[in-house]
Amino acid sequence: MPRGALFRETLDRLDGLGVDTAEVRANDRKLLFEDAGIVTMRPSDVATYVEAGAADLGITGKDVLAEQSERGVYELLDLGFGGCTMVFATVEGEDSAGEALRRLGMMRIATKYPRIAARYFERTGRQVEIVEVKGSVELAPLTGMVHGIVDLTATGTTLRENGLVVREEIMESTARLIANPVSYRLKAAEIDGVLERLRAR
Amino acid sequence: MIHPIPSGTRDVLPDELRELRAITDGMRAVFDARSYGEVATPALEYEDVLTRGDQAAADPAYRLFDEHGNVLVLRSDMTIPIARVVATRYPSAPVPLRFYYLQHAYRAVHQHRAQPREILQVGIELVGAPGPEGTAEAVTVLCAALDAAGLRSYRVGLGDASLFSRALERAGVEDGARDTILHELATRDLVGLERELARAGSPDGLLELATTRGGIDTLDGVPEAEPLRALYDGLPEDVRARVIFDLGLVRTLGYYTGAVFEVYDAAFGAPIGGGGRYDDLLGRFGRELPACGWALDVERVHAARLEEGVV
Repeated sequence: MPRGALFRETLDRLDGLGVDTAEVRANDRKLLFEDAGIVTMRPSDVATYVEAGAADLGITGKDVLAEQSERGVYELLDLGFGGCTMVFATVEGEDSAGEALRRLGMMRIATKYPRIAARYFERTGRQVEIVEVKGSVELAPLTGMVHGIVDLTATGTTLRENGLVVREEIMESTARLIANPVSYRLKAAEIDGVLERLRAR
Repeated sequence: MIHPIPSGTRDVLPDELRELRAITDGMRAVFDARSYGEVATPALEYEDVLTRGDQAAADPAYRLFDEHGNVLVLRSDMTIPIARVVATRYPSAPVPLRFYYLQHAYRAVHQHRAQPREILQVGIELVGAPGPEGTAEAVTVLCAALDAAGLRSYRVGLGDASLFSRALERAGVEDGARDTILHELATRDLVGLERELARAGSPDGLLELATTRGGIDTLDGVPEAEPLRALYDGLPEDVRARVIFDLGLVRTLGYYTGAVFEVYDAAFGAPIGGGGRYDDLLGRFGRELPACGWALDVERVHAARLEEGVV
């Protein structure tokens, strides 16, 4: 299960399944909880562990699954929480990215989601140069390094506070339940039981 | 001196090779006892010959030019080369033809994913024996090979490549919508599958059909699953005990026409092999014959065996 923005809601869902999450809630640094059968990690690592079979089931954002679309995991259920939007944003005021596209023939785009960004601009017929960054993406256009960013936003507050405005919405993302393909067959009854109870909520 | 080799390739040294050899020797004995003959084909083929099968299925990852400018490719599986061999070298031989192989296939890799470029595959092709009897023979040989390899907890997932599209047809889903729905199924995005089925008017029971896994009773009330039932009837008891029916099972290769199967072992996080019926492939090479085959990834079988704790 993912630490970070999806953490609390995920724990609540697990409570609903009858999993004892008290130890996970009480412990910020521990990663492996054998009694509860839970491992915690960054959301972007969840698909990696599930694909390898180190976990049978996982919960992570659709944004992660879209970025890592080649991973061999099965997407079983839209859990509905953790809603946010993948957006294309630029510095407010005059559209500098459009200007770059017109005069330079391409835009430079900073993002933590290089594959989603590249696919989106390819699909919409615009040439871009993707700059992959690991930390706060908002900084990149403010320093003039890029013309715009592609990033995930829930409320838009961080974008606004840094003087950025959303120009286009690329995709919606919510938390998803994913499964390892082998566990999906060998533990079919258990997995279907979890699915049914999550659906019934 | 350290000299690098390409990512996704490796040297195999005596300790490992001895264990791999023990696995493949056991399997060879199974094939020999059942009159399968071993074949070897070149790792390099002409691209235009290999892609006759199916451009997407052949999917060669490595291309080079020979001294005359012909495009050569490294084969990505053994099924298509053997289809070529049958049409070329056995144009009128009586059927069924039974072949097995122990050869390398070559695939592209994603970076940092520990995927191999060079895969040691062992497998069979049973040519000219139609389903369900032919398929039953292939699955039976598959289980005998896995037993010989010393695996104890493996299971065989059985599905049908055409089952879901036939169910869509019966439900009256129109052609255009079918491809999108089948794409969601093939990528196992069940959220997307539910969305696309809803767009097509949520035909009754199709989402359930796509997620049905279990024993023979899961086929009840599914007219499209009759070929699978006939296949099951042809299997010996010990093989039946290994079977999990999976009505949403779709293999990624395009040439499968009927029954498809995948091999799972709880000790390994990904399928360790798979196969199915490909009744149209041979025809593309000029000898129309129904056929069926499977391949196991020998290194995955080895890893599963180690994990199972078999010495």
